Amino acid sequence: MSAIVVFIDQVAAPGKLHAIHHQLLTLARGAGEPVAVVAGPVSAGLAAELGSYGVSRVLSSEQAELGEFLVAPKADLVAQAAAAVSAAAVLVDNGAQGKEIAARVGVALDAGVITDAVALTSDGGALVAHKSVLAGSYTVQARATTAVAVISVKSHSVEASPAAEASVPVVEAVTVAFAPGSLGARVTQRTPRAVSGRPELEDARIVVAGGRGVDGDFGPVEELADVLGAAVGASRAAADAGWISHAAQVGQTGKKVSPQLYISVGISGAIQQKAGMQTSKLIVAVNKDLDSPIFEIADFGIVGDLFKVLPQAVEEIKRRRA
Amino acid sequence: MNIVVLVKYVPDTQFDRHLTGENHLLDRNESILSELDEYALEAALALTDERGGAKAGNNVTALTLGPAAAAAAVKKSLQIGATAGLHISDEALAGSDASATSLVLAAAIRTLGPVDLVITGMASTDGETSIIPAQLAARLGLPQLTFASSLELEGATVTVRRDGDDFSEEIQATLPVLVSVTDQANEPRYPNFKGILAAKKKKVTTLSLAELGVPVDAVGLVGSKTTVTDAAERPARTAGVIITDSGDAGIQLVDFLAAQKLF
Repeated sequence: MSAIVVFIDQVAAPGKLHAIHHQLLTLARGAGEPVAVVAGPVSAGLAAELGSYGVSRVLSSEQAELGEFLVAPKADLVAQAAAAVSAAAVLVDNGAQGKEIAARVGVALDAGVITDAVALTSDGGALVAHKSVLAGSYTVQARATTAVAVISVKSHSVEASPAAEASVPVVEAVTVAFAPGSLGARVTQRTPRAVSGRPELEDARIVVAGGRGVDGDFGPVEELADVLGAAVGASRAAADAGWISHAAQVGQTGKKVSPQLYISVGISGAIQQKAGMQTSKLIVAVNKDLDSPIFEIADFGIVGDLFKVLPQAVEEIKRRRA
Repeated sequence: MNIVVLVKYVPDTQFDRHLTGENHLLDRNESILSELDEYALEAALALTDERGGAKAGNNVTALTLGPAAAAAAVKKSLQIGATAGLHISDEALAGSDASATSLVLAAAIRTLGPVDLVITGMASTDGETSIIPAQLAARLGLPQLTFASSLELEGATVTVRRDGDDFSEEIQATLPVLVSVTDQANEPRYPNFKGILAAKKKKVTTLSLAELGVPVDAVGLVGSKTTVTDAAERPARTAGVIITDSGDAGIQLVDFLAAQKLF
């Protein structure tokens, strides 16, 4: 079976796998023999966790350069490890770093790169990536025409499942030959971002997002989000106004989300905002202006004052649960 | 200082966009300079303004790759303040994927002699893959400082801030470097009357693949390393139920959520 490399970063927060790693390993196991390529240490616990997902071979490097510089040294590791195991595919997460690693591995291995995959299927042994393009207005199927396919995969593209039988992985230490150009962008400071305790936007089943209409007060939006276990999002206008972090921004230049439910609050729904959320399964809109374009795509729209509607909904949910 | 800014001519996101033909290529009518490239251009102009502008020998070359119409992206960049334009135009380029595109862009940048900075937007607003900056940096052997939400140059040291989901990082490199900037990096300026007049006198070089020394079979559909085998337009969303609050809309909202088993 061909090796399918899954990249796992253990540099900044070592010791555990993220949900996306479980998903990538599940995809890799379905497509061939999963090989984990790890930047950073492989603890006994990590090795066991990899084994539970069917990984029998782990290539890892703890070279200091992997943490001191931006993505390029990690891409060198992935490219050299993929070549060493004659990988048929390389899978990485779809974050900024993952996509850049995919990009550089593509150059190093002269391989086709596909980003933003939401599903992988197999066609005669070749991996086919399914993705959504042009702000969700088309779904396309794409594949690499090269010996190796490099694919960055979005969260929740597959339901993660451990292997029927766990394996005991062999961990091989590899020494990466870093390209001189890879050791140029040095990380001089790294500050963890504040953790909200709410689900991550891109992972959340429900998103409640506020816009210009909240007028500086995200309180009602956050209360509804918390009672629903939802993530909090924002329009660009709300983030630009400084009412909430830009990390919460949904839209063309922010996060692209497709939750089960998107509740749009005080957002007019300009096309740039729609670009980030119109693939949501259900859309609810609360806005005082009936002419807002958001109502053209909402499954359930409420023309009203968010400062009355949201608290009433929160109370009603609490009442029904009591 | 010599700066190259990548500018792309992309379909306006204000309109519906379509894939056409058996190869599912993007219909490029109704195109404009990519909104996200304006931040890249502004970053370049701000750096050169601080150093005496064009009069002090600072050049900002707007580089585009695309059909004849893509010259409009260069023209707009010149109106905003770029000092020169370079347009790689060749019919064979149609359908190029990121790999083929970054190959040609690297060759184009090499024709410009020593370059201090290559600045790009965080993504194009059509393909949206955001892999070109990293591929270009890899091909040119430049350090990449990508997704910069701020950019500073002191001496030969470039410092950027990168705000990821888990970390906020400060990253440094020494010139020459490649930087991609997000829409947080600055406030782009608009062309003014003086800029529009001045643009007419600025030099735009147009090069074909042959002039660039890139073989035609390295680009386009044939030279790309990925292929789109199928494309389907998603049905447009239609409006559902709209109610006007008469005092119980919050309760109706909860009824809707309950009916959908969402709480």
